[in-house]
Amino acid sequence: MNSPQIEIQLIAAVVAVACAIPGVFLVLRKMALISDAISHSILPGLVLGFFITEDLNSPLLIILAAFTGIITVVLVERIQKTGLVKEDTAIGLVFPALFSIGVILIAKNANDVHLDVDAVLLGELAFAPFDRLILGGVDIGPKSLIIMGVILLSTLLLLFLFFKELKVSTFDVGLSSALGFSPAIMHYGLMSISSVTVVGAFDAVGAILVVALMIAPAATAYLLTSNLKKMLTLSVCFGIFAAIAGYWLAHWLDASIAGSISTMLGFVFLTIYLFAPKKGLISVLYRQKQQRIEVSLLTFLLHLNNHQELKERHINHLREHINWQHVKAKTVVDLALKNNMITIDQQIISLTKKGSDFTNTALEYIITNKDEKIEHLKEDFFLFRG
Amino acid sequence: MSISEYFQLLTNDYTLRTITLGTAVLGAICGMLGSFAVLRKQSLLGDAISHAALPGIAIAFLITGAKDTNILLLGALVSGLIGTFWIKGMTTKTHLKSDTALGLVLSLFFGFGMLLLTFIQKQPNANQAGLDKYLFGQAATLVESDVNLMIIVTSIALFIMVLFWKEFKLLLFDADYTKTLGFNTRFIDILITFFIVLAIVLGLQTVGVVLMSAMLLAPAAAARQWTNKLSVMVFLAAIFGAFSGVFGTAISASQNNLSTGPVIVLVASVFVLVSFIFSPGRGLLFRELRFRRNRNDLQLKKTLQLMFGIAQTHENISHPHAIKILNNFQGFTKKSLREMEEKEWITLNKQEWAMTEKGFNEAENLFNKQLEVNE
Repeated sequence: MNSPQIEIQLIAAVVAVACAIPGVFLVLRKMALISDAISHSILPGLVLGFFITEDLNSPLLIILAAFTGIITVVLVERIQKTGLVKEDTAIGLVFPALFSIGVILIAKNANDVHLDVDAVLLGELAFAPFDRLILGGVDIGPKSLIIMGVILLSTLLLLFLFFKELKVSTFDVGLSSALGFSPAIMHYGLMSISSVTVVGAFDAVGAILVVALMIAPAATAYLLTSNLKKMLTLSVCFGIFAAIAGYWLAHWLDASIAGSISTMLGFVFLTIYLFAPKKGLISVLYRQKQQRIEVSLLTFLLHLNNHQELKERHINHLREHINWQHVKAKTVVDLALKNNMITIDQQIISLTKKGSDFTNTALEYIITNKDEKIEHLKEDFFLFRG
Repeated sequence: MSISEYFQLLTNDYTLRTITLGTAVLGAICGMLGSFAVLRKQSLLGDAISHAALPGIAIAFLITGAKDTNILLLGALVSGLIGTFWIKGMTTKTHLKSDTALGLVLSLFFGFGMLLLTFIQKQPNANQAGLDKYLFGQAATLVESDVNLMIIVTSIALFIMVLFWKEFKLLLFDADYTKTLGFNTRFIDILITFFIVLAIVLGLQTVGVVLMSAMLLAPAAAARQWTNKLSVMVFLAAIFGAFSGVFGTAISASQNNLSTGPVIVLVASVFVLVSFIFSPGRGLLFRELRFRRNRNDLQLKKTLQLMFGIAQTHENISHPHAIKILNNFQGFTKKSLREMEEKEWITLNKQEWAMTEKGFNEAENLFNKQLEVNE
């Protein structure tokens, strides 16, 4: 590993962490797509900033671009407030228009400079270490590393200072205003941070990867935990992992670093999405199947409870009466047997005492619809789950 | 370039004619199907799908090694559909919200597509150039066969829409009711989604990944402001979309260095802006005017109420009173008194006013009317 390689990985990791932190809050506040909107609509700000300063490295550029990002958010909210269209439509109307303005401005005026749409959208991390910040003749480090480092440090500082406020205003807007923290300030603060992060990061990794780095680690972590602190830590870890693994994937395939980092992010997300212990797809499907069988069991027991006649309780009759397929009927009957809820005597099914207790409790819940009736039902009655 | 010159060019120039026709048809189909996307609150689906189509294009190229538009679009369609169903799966099976799901599919698929594209570029295959036109769209590369494809797809979409109009409409506004009526909602849902994805994929070549969502959204959002009727909205959206295509192409043809995609999107945005402000029913301008009128009306009735209170204390309701006994704050202005005289609620005589029979009855019934409404 040579020094540009280390620096590229360092930049990627810093960008990943800087994006993951606001990303968590965006995902929790259901505003994930705002990052997409901001990352596109900063283009006209960048172009205007370039026309004013004629210097691609000027800090004014970053400020103007971040400001455009905030304007986007305000515009979206304004349009939404008129009630003419829904929020998502408002987002979808604003950012393509701003992006188009940016593209046209570039095409009309900036043909001869290095400011093209490809670079804005895709970025090029491989060149980042060669763009160095030299201060007083001393080489401090790659420019994007310094910029992102500063952004990351300020994000962290703000996070520690306002963690409590952010947390409250994210989960309970009403409580937060009652306690005297203005949700609006938190909202616009978060938007400003996201905007600045997007602008700082897009130069290195491009607009689309910024979106991936903001949303994917947070969404992945959200599948694993419902604790805000754990979610922050996890998403930072996922971000760093994807950044470094993505770099080596790109190195191996000789392809775009930004592309392979998002591919790694996608890979991590897919794995967790499938296999997360409680909220993953497989466990959700398993639980749904379990619940379906348990509801069938209840229907079956209620039917037994309602009918005293032998004919209605004959095992073959049941199948055609309740109209279940053979396999399902067998699963349900087996489950009931295993849980000692029924006995079968000469093909006639009868409820045991436990079975009728269970049915009565369940009936009570169905009639009263009170949650406390059903809370302990499963622990009390089930030896084996469906 | 003047307008007559433009028309002359349009009739003579093959390329311009093809592009104009292509963008017009594209605008029409996007507007038509976009109406459904907007009403189903899937506005940003277009954004996500257009990005998600990229890996499909790259993989189709990797497999076939040919740059045949139809095959690439087929790849885009498949990967767009996978993206759509994953979004749906994520929102129904996990607690991730739709915005997160959309953002995930958008960025992850696109990143993967970029990985593949850069990988393809490094391959020793001279054929790969031009794949990135799908990123930003180049209307100039439209040829007649592309336009023909668009026309065919649009006709099929139109046919399906007419055929399933009742089902689409029902599902749009009341999904549960549709289900209880015995319609196969899942099938209808997939059908709508399929055509939306198809429209998006068709547009990629012309306006590109980023701006495709606006093509889908803007005409529909504009059309929504003018009507509350689905059929009118779909029709209007198709018209708006087609005109955005035609105007956008014309403007970009008239100048150098103006790519067609962004101009079309800006024209469509202008349509939206105009509709937001000037539409008679919902527009901001008329809404403000209505507000003012209501406020004035309320002020007048308040004054009338005040007068009623005073007039009630006299046996003769039309007994004249001095104007200055009216409360200055919620009572009167010269203008409001004149207006009340025009409505024949009061008569004015220099510094005095007197209530008329009509005004008295009106005031007496004010609260009753309120009661009737509440009941």
